[in-house]
Amino acid sequence: MRDVAIIGVGLTKFGERWDSSIKELMAEAGLAALQDANITSKDINAIYGGSMTPGRFIGQEHVAALMADQLGLGNIPATRVENACASGGSALRQGYMAVASGIHDIVVVGGVEKMTDVSTSEATTALGGAGDQEWELFQGITFPGLYALMARRHMHDYGTTEEQLAAVAVKNHANAYKNKYAQFHKLITIDEVLNSKKVADPLKLLDCSPITDGAAAVVLAPLEIAKKYNDTPIKIAASEQASDTLRLADRESITSIKAARISAENAYRHAGVTPKDIDVAEVHDCFTIAEIIAMEDLGFFKKGEAAKAIEEGRTQINGDVSVNTSGGLKGCGHPVGATGIKQAVEITWQLRGEAEGRQVDGAEIGLTHNVGGSGATAVVHVLKRAD
Amino acid sequence: MEKSPADLWRHVKSRYFLLGSVCENCGTKYFPPRVVCRKCGRNTKMKPYKFNGTGEIYSFTTIRAPADEFEEQAPYTVGLIKLDEGPIIEGHILTDESNEPIKIGTRVKVAFRKMYKEGNEGLIYYHYKFVPAPEQQKKQEKSKQKRA
Repeated sequence: MRDVAIIGVGLTKFGERWDSSIKELMAEAGLAALQDANITSKDINAIYGGSMTPGRFIGQEHVAALMADQLGLGNIPATRVENACASGGSALRQGYMAVASGIHDIVVVGGVEKMTDVSTSEATTALGGAGDQEWELFQGITFPGLYALMARRHMHDYGTTEEQLAAVAVKNHANAYKNKYAQFHKLITIDEVLNSKKVADPLKLLDCSPITDGAAAVVLAPLEIAKKYNDTPIKIAASEQASDTLRLADRESITSIKAARISAENAYRHAGVTPKDIDVAEVHDCFTIAEIIAMEDLGFFKKGEAAKAIEEGRTQINGDVSVNTSGGLKGCGHPVGATGIKQAVEITWQLRGEAEGRQVDGAEIGLTHNVGGSGATAVVHVLKRAD
Repeated sequence: MEKSPADLWRHVKSRYFLLGSVCENCGTKYFPPRVVCRKCGRNTKMKPYKFNGTGEIYSFTTIRAPADEFEEQAPYTVGLIKLDEGPIIEGHILTDESNEPIKIGTRVKVAFRKMYKEGNEGLIYYHYKFVPAPEQQKKQEKSKQKRA
């Protein structure tokens, strides 16, 4: 087993990209990553591609092979990885394992989702596939509905308020405002969140991440040769993943995502760090409640105390831990398969000191947290500067 | 995506009558029924088990941005119900059939209702749903008082 580093990253502008098909999005992100790594196509040995449901959004499957094709990578092995909203993070772990094991040397991992060619209602139905088809979606329980069930119970058990949920969205929009890649460049207030259209009580429109087109890519290499390509290689100090029941109703608790707790515990142990050592984190805020639950699952705050901490500003840029500096899913956008990779791109920029306008001072250790569905998959990575 | 009649039909006993399963090896009850017991793995001894249909609300939400086939019903209330026998299951909660606002802990009982219909000429899908059961709430409070 050998150490693995990120030597190049690339991202597309996230948003409603009418002008771009899935091919152009892939190529835009992939090209940026290859240029950032200063590497040629013929040096790449394999590609892993995360995308949740291009089949249902645009009738296109086989998308990892498409990525290899679009980037002119030749006849390398190309594999699509799908774990709902954790497709990107899961693809990253597959790429990491390929390099760590010695089977491949240089690997590209991409994530993409093209969501805006269908109506909002069709997109919502497609996203419902992240949950249990037969018992959740069949009964009209939408994805926001599932997280609303988690939110209501969290409010019951710990006194979390709707204003505290809103504070997550306000923070993430404030961060996205500084991020030129983000979907939204609009500051919002607590009142605007509270007054936005109700989706599934207590969640309102501004508690929910949007529908977004976008792609992200990273290039992985063995750490021992990384400096050939980049002065500040970012070491993947831990890459951990866990699964849980598909149905929310089957979980031990609906106010915590056990797969995230397990992944985080393993990641901290493997990386030799504790939550206190994390300077900057990108977490999975598909809904505002998800960020509050993430802060507790990741051990940043005790159970029931994260909402208040966020409301007090402790997770702003340069707070106790800087969370979702990219704007998170809410502010930056959530092209489903791309998100897990985008998180790694953002942390890489932060650790390199390249996060224009939203840089966390002295960031050296970062974390990404990517969740599938209502928690059936979770993937946690710890990244460290390796220069 | 269109609903598949086969999807409804193959689990009709579960969807209509709360037929689940119990693993006779360890006694764990499951709804919906499943093939493999989570605790026993390959030592699974799964048999059918019919749930009583009584329980309490574990969480709930009113969905205002409906799923595709549910536009006519919106807004509708769904919840997680903790059945008295143990499992927590998803279901619609018929708040119209009660005077009291529901909350976490409200006692409910199962009812047989329409889920939706495919237009005016297509299939009608039926399903279990839950109605608040105030008489059970009173019984529970009485027995709590007795114990106190």
